[in-house]
Amino acid sequence: MKERLIRLEVFRYNPDTDTEGHYQHYEVSCLEEWVVLDALNKVKETLDPTLNFRWSCHMAVCGSCGMMINGEPRLACHTFLRNYPGTIRVEPLVHFPVERDLVTAPDDFMEKLKRVKPWIIRKDKQPIEQGEYRQTPKELLRFRQYAMCINCTLCYAACPEYGLTRHFIGPAALALAHRYNQDSRDQGRDERQEVVATKEGVWECTFVGACSEVCPVHVDPASALQQMKIASSFDWIKEHLLPGGGK
Amino acid sequence: MSRKPLIREVPPTTWYFRHPRYLRYMSREITSLFVGAYCVLLVCGLGALADGKESYEAFLLALQSPLSIAFHVAAFIAALYHATTWFNATQVAMPIQIGENFVPGSWISGAHYVVWALLSVVVILLAGVF
Ligand code: SF4
Ligand code: FES
Repeated sequence: MKERLIRLEVFRYNPDTDTEGHYQHYEVSCLEEWVVLDALNKVKETLDPTLNFRWSCHMAVCGSCGMMINGEPRLACHTFLRNYPGTIRVEPLVHFPVERDLVTAPDDFMEKLKRVKPWIIRKDKQPIEQGEYRQTPKELLRFRQYAMCINCTLCYAACPEYGLTRHFIGPAALALAHRYNQDSRDQGRDERQEVVATKEGVWECTFVGACSEVCPVHVDPASALQQMKIASSFDWIKEHLLPGGGK
Repeated sequence: MSRKPLIREVPPTTWYFRHPRYLRYMSREITSLFVGAYCVLLVCGLGALADGKESYEAFLLALQSPLSIAFHVAAFIAALYHATTWFNATQVAMPIQIGENFVPGSWISGAHYVVWALLSVVVILLAGVF
């Protein structure tokens, strides 16, 4: 197996001693088929145990290893060294506060996720004895793509709207609202609309489309947002232009 | 241990230089200025028409100036680019599910192109070009 000397330029920030970040260079010998996360782990094990970064699954499932790799939001466990011939610049995800080194604070995203009520809401809860709410494969396919989100927040780092306008609910949380709205078992769309169809919600999106370009699991959050814009516009037309408010 | 997270501000006026995809987005947005300017031109034309024959003919003559022709070419290219970006987006914004499967995206965008071409032919015929 081929080894190569990998040169990394890593963002460092220590909240106890620093007031701003700086870059530190490392050189480690890595196997060609490794990913950036492997290189970081080797740095931590052999060169610098103080380097901080998050990871868990090493298989693009847990969503915790998101970072900027050569300026692009990516999962470090899903970014192969063989595609990066030169120095690799690794920075914490932009648009989020940096807790330490490559570790960012996702608090804002977590708050926003809660606000879209990403769970099944029923107006007529049926008793347990009646069994589960059933669904056909066709109904499942209406939302399955949006249920694949791993909450890695790469889309927030890609979205300039979120970077500039902090109140924007943002791609992943809104895509998850859409996921539940599209679910045949759910009856909570009206409640979610109070957050979704607002200037903090889909109407803050100007369709840059960056979220969908960077999403590692092809959720395509931009499509969810555009679909919600269209549906919200129809709501408005029904309410304001049709006799009886479309009721 | 207390937290002291580092906040990195996004430059409010130069952010779109940070990534080529943001420049692509801005170029799409800028094309809408041409579309808007063309609407203003049409309103001016209507105004000239309402003012009577003479002023309308002066308006038509002004349209033939090199500057006006250059503007028309630029506005046409901008409108083409603007329209194609939106037509290509329709496939993700308006998915159609038939049975379990979704209609291929290219059909949805393609249908928009077909309608666009047909409407353009109608407009050209109405304008008496042929
Ligand atoms: S939508 Fe995609 S990029 Fe955004 S958090 Fe979910 S998985 Fe990550
Ligand atoms: S370590 Fe879990 S997604 Fe990368």
